[in-house]
Amino acid sequence: MFPAAFDYSAPATLDEALAILGEHGDDAKVLAGGQSLIPLLKLRFAQPSLIVDIGRIPGLSGVDSENGTVRIGSRTRHRDVEAASQLRGRLDVLLAAAPQISDPLIRNVGTIGGSVVHADPQGDWGAVMLAVDAEFVLRSAKGERIGPADGFFQGPFTTAISPDEVLTTIRIPSPSGARTGGSYHKMERKIGDFATVATAVHVVLGDDGRITRAGIGLTAVGPHNIKAKEAEAALAGQEPSTELYAEAARLAAAAAEPNSDIRGTAEYKKDVVRVFVQRGLRDAVKRAQGANS
Amino acid sequence: MNVTVEVNGVEKSVDCEPRTLLVDFIRTKLGLTGTHIGCDTSNCGACTVLLDGTPVKSCTQLAAMAGGRKVTTVEGLAQGAALDPVQEGFHVEHGLQCGFCTPGMMLVGKALLEDNPNPTDDEIRWAISGNICRCTGYMNIVKAIQHAAATKAAVKEQPAEPAGVS
Ligand SMILES: Cc1cc2nc3c(=O)[nH]c(=O)nc-3n(C[C@H](O)[C@H](O)[C@H](O)COP(=O)(O)OP(=O)(O)OC[C@H]3O[C@@H](n4cnc5c(N)ncnc54)[C@H](O)[C@@H]3O)c2cc1C
Ligand code: FES
Ligand code: FES
Repeated sequence: MFPAAFDYSAPATLDEALAILGEHGDDAKVLAGGQSLIPLLKLRFAQPSLIVDIGRIPGLSGVDSENGTVRIGSRTRHRDVEAASQLRGRLDVLLAAAPQISDPLIRNVGTIGGSVVHADPQGDWGAVMLAVDAEFVLRSAKGERIGPADGFFQGPFTTAISPDEVLTTIRIPSPSGARTGGSYHKMERKIGDFATVATAVHVVLGDDGRITRAGIGLTAVGPHNIKAKEAEAALAGQEPSTELYAEAARLAAAAAEPNSDIRGTAEYKKDVVRVFVQRGLRDAVKRAQGANS
Repeated sequence: MNVTVEVNGVEKSVDCEPRTLLVDFIRTKLGLTGTHIGCDTSNCGACTVLLDGTPVKSCTQLAAMAGGRKVTTVEGLAQGAALDPVQEGFHVEHGLQCGFCTPGMMLVGKALLEDNPNPTDDEIRWAISGNICRCTGYMNIVKAIQHAAATKAAVKEQPAEPAGVS
């Protein structure tokens, strides 16, 4: 298989890329790691007339933090997130999810930003972004805007980004010193497979041991990654307990809208959400408690 | 368009269409057919090459993306008549049957040992988890990479003695 013909440009600066995208609009497609786009080009599901390879633009990758915000460059590869040990104790859910994405060779190339913009309902990063309340910095030749993860994912492979925009940075609130924990539970048939079901959990504990904030994102159980808001609300301000986890897990399962397919029936997948969220909360709270004792 | 890459230590400059996949560039334009095409859908790893030392699936890269970078294929492993320790390991431990997955397996093994000279069996299995083998059952592939790790460690201790092929 090989793609339909296209023109190729590899701009050396972000401004240059944005100018090209502004000019070509819908006909152009941004290329990052290519681990989703190249398969689509080969199947000819995508037939852009121009590929804009952002792989040579400096300053788009890396993980750092400033004033209680963790910033992840959009072109940061899955394997670099996996290795970002500075996230331990702050954003454990990212470290838990990264090694479960695909296989080592895909993780050597695929990027977090590409994954977010690709918006595969079975993709893992979307659920994590919803759990941690990430914000996406979107740049075009006209300027910059910030899009919250909540509302960004609109349908299968559909997001709030416009064709002339580049996702440059992912920003995640992460006050230093807060007691946080996270977990990512994924069911896959084999390594390298997309999720049958996966759940992302991020919790913040207050000094009194209560849950200040809980974030829950769901993978592969709807037209896009889902934020389980009712479950999050039920956890906020509460004392952690097995009964509380069970109730939140029930609400998260109710938020899932899976289809029956070769990986399982809708009923089965909803129950996996319930079980995974329950385990995920237990693990995340345990990690958060451990961080301070 | 013109794409220039350093392939197995030699600079090559070749004209190709922008849509040319790296695997086709390597096999057809450079004539290096040791890099295989298995699934052609990013799943099997038969097309694995090293890009600046990192294993990637060349069926899922454009040749253009490799421009200005170093590509290592299986043909780049042996130095003259001397096999790379990874090749020697596959030979001694019988790490292949049909050999279709072997170029990819060896390149992943080589990259792993650069990062982690003394891996556990589990670390090897994790590293090759993007590469499918239909023949061996993986046991001998793990042993082959362990053999290479041991050879490299021995060579490091006694740099004067070259590793022979038994
Ligand atoms: C065999 C296989 C298994 C996989 N398994 C999983 C899995 O288990 N879980 C999972 O989550 N993913 C999986 N993936 C997908 C993988 O994670 C991709 O790396 C990821 O979805 C896309 O990242 P990329 O950098 O390769 O993006 P690309 O393929 O380059 O681009 C993807 C899309 O995003 C757009 N884009 C990319 N970067 C930007 C940007 N900065 N700004 C604007 N638009 C942009 C592109 O135009 C394109 O539409 C798998 C892929 C393969 C081939
Ligand atoms: S041919 Fe590239 S992964 Fe199978
Ligand atoms: S030796 Fe035949 S596929 Fe691995």
